[in-house]
Amino acid sequence: MANVSIRKVVKAYEGDVQAVKGIDLEIVDHEFVVLVGPSGCGKSTTLRMIAGLEEITAGEIWIGGDVVNDVPPRDRDIAMVFQNYALYPHMSVFDNMAFGLKLRKFPKEEIKRRVDEAAKMLDIQMLLDRKPKALSGGQRQRVAMGRAVVRNPKVFLFDEPLSNLDAKLRVQMRTEIKKLHQLVPTTTVYVTHDQIEAMTLADRVVVMNHGVIEQVGAPQELYHNPATRFVAGFIGSPAMNFLPCQLVDDGGLKVQLADGTKMAVPPQRVDRYGPFKGKKMTLGIRPEHMTETHDSEKPGVQRMNAKVDVVEPMGMETLVHHFVDGVAVCSRIDPNVHTGPGEILPLAVDMNNMHLIEDASNRVV
Amino acid sequence: MADGSTMVVGAPSAASTRPTGSMKMLARRRSMAALALCAPLILLIVCLKVYPTFYAVYLAMLDRRMNNFVGLDNFAFMLSRPSFQLVIFQSVFFAVTAVILKAFFGFVLAHLMHNIRGRNERVWRGLLLVPWVIPLALSTLTWWWLFDPSYSAFNWTLNALGIEDIAFLGSTWSARFSVIAVNVWYGAPFFMIMYLAALKSVPDQLYEAAAIDGANAWQKLVFITLPMMRNIILITVLYSLIVTFADFDIVRILTNGGPQDSTHLFATYAFTVGIQSGNIPRGAAVSLFMFPILATLAFFVLRDVMKRNKELS
Repeated sequence: MANVSIRKVVKAYEGDVQAVKGIDLEIVDHEFVVLVGPSGCGKSTTLRMIAGLEEITAGEIWIGGDVVNDVPPRDRDIAMVFQNYALYPHMSVFDNMAFGLKLRKFPKEEIKRRVDEAAKMLDIQMLLDRKPKALSGGQRQRVAMGRAVVRNPKVFLFDEPLSNLDAKLRVQMRTEIKKLHQLVPTTTVYVTHDQIEAMTLADRVVVMNHGVIEQVGAPQELYHNPATRFVAGFIGSPAMNFLPCQLVDDGGLKVQLADGTKMAVPPQRVDRYGPFKGKKMTLGIRPEHMTETHDSEKPGVQRMNAKVDVVEPMGMETLVHHFVDGVAVCSRIDPNVHTGPGEILPLAVDMNNMHLIEDASNRVV
Repeated sequence: MADGSTMVVGAPSAASTRPTGSMKMLARRRSMAALALCAPLILLIVCLKVYPTFYAVYLAMLDRRMNNFVGLDNFAFMLSRPSFQLVIFQSVFFAVTAVILKAFFGFVLAHLMHNIRGRNERVWRGLLLVPWVIPLALSTLTWWWLFDPSYSAFNWTLNALGIEDIAFLGSTWSARFSVIAVNVWYGAPFFMIMYLAALKSVPDQLYEAAAIDGANAWQKLVFITLPMMRNIILITVLYSLIVTFADFDIVRILTNGGPQDSTHLFATYAFTVGIQSGNIPRGAAVSLFMFPILATLAFFVLRDVMKRNKELS
C-alpha cells in the first residue's frame, strides 16, 4: 500500500496534441480516488501513465516514495482491472488469478492459498476450473478483480470496469467494489465517465476536462460547491440548469433572468455577489431546487411560473421540462403534483442553493 | 369475459405457429439454394480430386500390365527396396526440416512486421510476399542458375571472400539442403502472412495485463502469444506439411532427384517410376504412400483445433 503522487504530468502525442496538460494530484495511502470526465478528457491516459502503459512526456509520477517514470509496469507493484476484463482466454479462472504470482515465483501452496482466499472473498470458488468464455459478464469482472487482489499490490487501478455490464449488474458490482475496498483498503485509482459511479465510490473525486483537472474534492463537496461551470454541469443527474442572468439592485440585490423574472439573492450572499452587479452572469440551479410551491414560505425561496413542455414521471419523483426565455430548464417535483403539457406550473426556486457563474471565466463565484 | 380471454390467449398462439412454419420452409429453401450454388464447385472437386484419388487407389492394386489385381503387393515390394527407403527418408527429412524452418522464419518475420510499424510497413509486407506469388517453376530456374557450380552468384561471392567453390547440387547433403532452402524461401511468406493475421488478432490488452502481472517479453511470447496463436500454428503446419510432402517442382527442376536419387521425394519418384519408367501401378503406389499417415495426422490436429475453438470463442 502506498501514496501516489502525480506532479506536473504532461502527455503529448505526435502532432503536438496534448491529452494531459500538466496535472498535479496527491493520493494518500488507502484512499479511493475516482477520475471522472467526458470521453477524451485524459482520465484513462492518466491511469495508463500511472500503470506504466503510456510513457510520460513531462513531469513525475511517484508510487510509494519512488519516482516510477522509467520503471516498467511489472516492477511498479500495481494491479489493474480493464474495461473488457482482459482475462487470458486460454487459461482457467484459477490460472488467470495465479498468473502474476507464478511469474513472481511464489511457492505453489502460497499461490493456492491466496487464490482460494480471493475466490472466497469474491464468491467465485465454484468457477476456478472454468475458462473465461464460460463465465457471465459479472463473473468475468469478479475474476478480473480477483486477479488484482491476489497480488496484494501497492495500488489498484480500475479502467472503466463496469462499462460493459448491464445497468442492474453495474449497480450490484459497484457495491461489490466498494465492499472490496472496505475489506482490502489498498490505494485505488478508478476511472469512469459515469458521475454516479464516481459519487458513490470515491473518497475523493477528480473531475477532468480537456486534459486538465477542473476540481478535486469529496463527492458532496463537488455537488454542493462546484468550482467551475463544467463541474456544476457534469456532477448531478439531471444536470444543473443554467440560466443567463444579470445582478440588479432593485430594492435589494436581485437576479434578473432574460425573461425579466427577478429573484432576490439570499441576504447571506449579498456581500459575495455584490461586486458582480451589472455583469453578465449565469444562474446555476439544480432541478431539485426548482420544485412545486408548497414550501415557498421558507426564507430565500422565490416564485416563478413555468409553462410545462414535457412531463417525465419517474415514480419517486417527476421531472418537468419547461423553457425560460428559450433556455430548456428541468424541475424535479413531487410525483403527487399533477400537471401536463401546456399547463402553467407555479414553481418555488430555492435561492439558498443557487450558484452564480461568471461568464468571462466560467468560474462559480 | 370468458370469451374475451379465450380470444386473447388463442390469437397469438395461432399467429405464432404460422411464422414458424414459413420460417422452416424458408430455411429449407435457403439451404437448397446454397446447395445449388455450391454444386458446380462440388462437381469440380469430385472430378478433379475424388475420382483421381479413388482411381489411383485402384491403379495401385494392379500388376504392371494393369490386367490383374495384386492387392497390396506393390506397396510391399516398394517398401523392401533400398532406393524407395531412401525416398521415404528424404521425403520425411525434407518435409519436416522445411516446415520447421518455414514456421520459424515465418514467425520471426511476422513479429518484425507486427512490431516495426511505419510508413513503409505495407511495402515491406508486399516485398516479403514476392517469393510466394512468383510461379515456382520460374523462381526455381533462377535458383538453379544461382546454384550453378561455375557461373553462379553464390560461388562468385564465396570466391571473392577467398572460399572455394561449392557444388551445391552436386553432392548428397548439399543438394538436400539446397532443395530445402528453396522450399523455405518459397513457403516462409505464407507462414508470415498467416502468423501476422494471428498476431494482429491478439488483443493488446492481454499484453498490457501480462505486463502488469509481471511478464517480460519472453514470458509474454510463451504464455500469451503462442497459446493464442496455437490454432493458426497447428493448421498452418498441417497444411504446409501436406503441401511440402507433395512437392514436385523444386526437386524436378533443381536436381531431378539426383545426385544418385538422393533428393527424390514421393512425387518426383512417382513420376520417374510411373511415367518415365512406364510402371503406372507402382507410381500410383508411391504417390499414395503418405496418404494414411497424413490423413490420421490431419484428423487429430483438426479435432484438437475444433475443441480449442469451442473453448476460446
